[in-house]
Amino acid sequence: MPNYTLHINGKERSVTADADTPLLWVLRDELNLVGTKFGCGIAQCGACTVYIDGVATRSCQMEVSFLDDVKITTIEGLSEDGKHPVQEAWKEIDVPQCGYCQAGQIMTATAFLNENKNPSEDEIRAAMHGNICRCASYNRIEKAVKVAAKKMS
Amino acid sequence: MKPQKTDNFSRRNFLKTSLLASGGLLIGFNLLAACKPGALMPVDIENLNFNDFNAFIKISDDGFVTTFSPNPEIGQGVKTSMPMIIAEELEADWSKVNVVQGALDSKNFTRQVAGGSQSIRSSWDAFRQTGATAKQMLINAAAIKWNVDASTCVASKGIITNANGDKLGYGEVVKEAALLEVPENVKLKEIKDFTIIGQEIVNVDIDKIITGKPLFGLDYKVAGMLHASVLRPPAFGQKLESFDDTKAKAVNGVSEVIKFGDKIAVLATSTWAAMKGKKALSATWIKDSDFESTEKHNEVLTKILDGTKFETRREDGNISQAFAAADKVIERTYHSPFLPHNCLEPMNFYADVTAEKVHLVGPIQTPQWTVSRVAKLLERKEEDIFCEMTRMGGGFGRRLYGDFALEAAEISSLAKKPIKVIFSREDDMTAGTYRPSIKYRIKASIKDGKVTGYYLKEAAINGNMYGAIPNFFPAGCIPNFKVDTANHTSNITTGAWRAPYTNFLAFAEQTFFDELASELNIDTIQLRLDLLQNVKNTTDEKIEYSGQRMEDTIKLVREKANWGKTEEGVFQGFSAYYSHNTHVAEIADIVLQDGFPVIKKVTVAVDCGVVVNPSGARNQVEGGVIDGIGHAMFADFSFNEGKPDAQNFDTYRLIRMLETPKVEVHFIENNLSPTGLGEPGLPPAGGAVANAINAALGKRIYSQPFAKELEKSGILG
Repeated sequence: MPNYTLHINGKERSVTADADTPLLWVLRDELNLVGTKFGCGIAQCGACTVYIDGVATRSCQMEVSFLDDVKITTIEGLSEDGKHPVQEAWKEIDVPQCGYCQAGQIMTATAFLNENKNPSEDEIRAAMHGNICRCASYNRIEKAVKVAAKKMS
Repeated sequence: MKPQKTDNFSRRNFLKTSLLASGGLLIGFNLLAACKPGALMPVDIENLNFNDFNAFIKISDDGFVTTFSPNPEIGQGVKTSMPMIIAEELEADWSKVNVVQGALDSKNFTRQVAGGSQSIRSSWDAFRQTGATAKQMLINAAAIKWNVDASTCVASKGIITNANGDKLGYGEVVKEAALLEVPENVKLKEIKDFTIIGQEIVNVDIDKIITGKPLFGLDYKVAGMLHASVLRPPAFGQKLESFDDTKAKAVNGVSEVIKFGDKIAVLATSTWAAMKGKKALSATWIKDSDFESTEKHNEVLTKILDGTKFETRREDGNISQAFAAADKVIERTYHSPFLPHNCLEPMNFYADVTAEKVHLVGPIQTPQWTVSRVAKLLERKEEDIFCEMTRMGGGFGRRLYGDFALEAAEISSLAKKPIKVIFSREDDMTAGTYRPSIKYRIKASIKDGKVTGYYLKEAAINGNMYGAIPNFFPAGCIPNFKVDTANHTSNITTGAWRAPYTNFLAFAEQTFFDELASELNIDTIQLRLDLLQNVKNTTDEKIEYSGQRMEDTIKLVREKANWGKTEEGVFQGFSAYYSHNTHVAEIADIVLQDGFPVIKKVTVAVDCGVVVNPSGARNQVEGGVIDGIGHAMFADFSFNEGKPDAQNFDTYRLIRMLETPKVEVHFIENNLSPTGLGEPGLPPAGGAVANAINAALGKRIYSQPFAKELEKSGILG
């Protein structure tokens, strides 16, 4: 199997994997970064959302062989101490129920707030529409994004 | 771990205490029964494997309290709320409380199951007694040290104070306390004095969740473990004839292909390789029983309803006479499809089967049942099987059925290696234990402006209604009443789905009553309140719900939602339902956008007794309501030739943010013992929305999903 060097959370990581292995499984199985979750494998649920060069991306669709020139950020690398304003907002609002989708929700929210500092409620709802929360903690996700926007402004 | 016998043991009580070798007091307890004589206490809690006991409180020398939460956490919040109950009576400082998920203890622990919203309800008294007993022992130890009467000492936030103002921390008296007799008949706190219960306590796993730490079954791994992807018969009614694994074995990382029963497991060094290997298998399947389809289910269920073969579940008065004497008879038929659970964390389980022991780890709602089934399957003793529970990425009933754990155990046993089975989303959706399709036919008689008779017939697949459900509303409210059920046995695996038995029944009944109110030309809420008067003084012990509590709940939601006083263009629908020991009433507000109903808000009133953790409680209700609406609006799961048509989220629609209303939750304040909240918010939601749609469009909905019904009338969202 070929070897790849990936730039993940500010570090260079070397992995051996088949060329078509999705980043999701490289993160989870090879690098022990299990915060990025598997939900559907077809980019429908958003549980596997990471940043690629700052853009929220579904890691289940990104083959490892195409990622040598990009910077990848996962939930583990979002902040040093778990105190990114979005993470703080998630805690303040006590968002999770089962918690499984929340890393993906946080990654989507963070990428959105980086682009839109003062979002309207409609913009927040549209931005978060791609991430499924099967426990339906949607009201709290929406509230937490609002709180995070304030913290970041 | 060396267990030691303790003399400090009271059979009348349910507690055992022990001094830990490492320092600190360990309190083991059993929820409902006394400890078994001779039960062993672990002395090395740091390396505790929970085999002997697993409901524990540990109080360390430094005053820190660790509770080992025994009930599986599926997102319903018990890992936070159950320790809160202990900490309250213990007078612990919540900032010094750690919560650890316990593993399975089948011998000494009762009801270690997450399901039916019963965790809080069944543990309330025992947890309070445990905390209060522990507190009393610590106070008694301090009183001996001070040589004062224990009744002159009080405890608060982990500190005991005597009449002179002397203070001792819990950690300073644990050694002495461990040697004392376990006191009996300790006094519980007055509910008005609660300082932890009733506070907004954040989920105890929050930091791990928001930073992506390993928590879930899917995150569990062991060095050398292989990943297993399983090919199962694609249709219900098929078995394996033959297969060719040449291409699968050629996939990089695939180490083994194992046939077990009618399934084939591909084992690999990575999840991706296992999944690729599975796709590379070619198998031939043969039919071994009839293929079923949604069309067939519709025909069969309709035929059942049209027939006469039923089992009567409840009968009051004489419905035939009521119908014969009626001014008007109304009859409606309601239909719902199968539903998959779609936990966002797909089914998975780890197993390591060796000659010495069987180690199981994963997300499971029923650890005890799973262990006994694995024991039977592998012909092993239950004592040799150790089952650890991880946090679960949703349950909704699916993880009651340990089929995935049995698969893991069987594969590991054959491979003689530690393995983890992981379902793809397609596996998860197509090898489910579905909420079965169901039809209800409800018939009511009206005489002199009153509902005089009510007859509900259920046509179910693989059984549905039983037990207490026929004794829910409107049983006891209508003098002539009958519930009949009949069943079709299917080869499609079915099981409990969030709010089993009532998740669709509530919709059928609550829209039917809305229609009755229109016929009677009275306010739909007033009709419910009038009917409830008849059940308030019932002497029928089978009646499960309380007329008074339901009335209070309905009145609260009516007030909070400004029933009947909304602005122009807002249409309201009402629904109320009692299930899982909790009374819930909901009002949905909808508006029309380009002619399509958009749900803006749902106001909810809940009577669940004492609210242990308001933040967690509201979260459950908010989620339950939106989940109920999502499935009522969109969930469509059909079968053709024994196979599900939908396989993943591109063809099966789950509710998402833009379809989500604001949910506003109000709790009835009372001092009654708490009841569960994982399920009761869900059943009324569909009815509230359907009734609001009728208010807006004058269109009654009799089938789920609503979006499909609206589409038939050309109403497109």
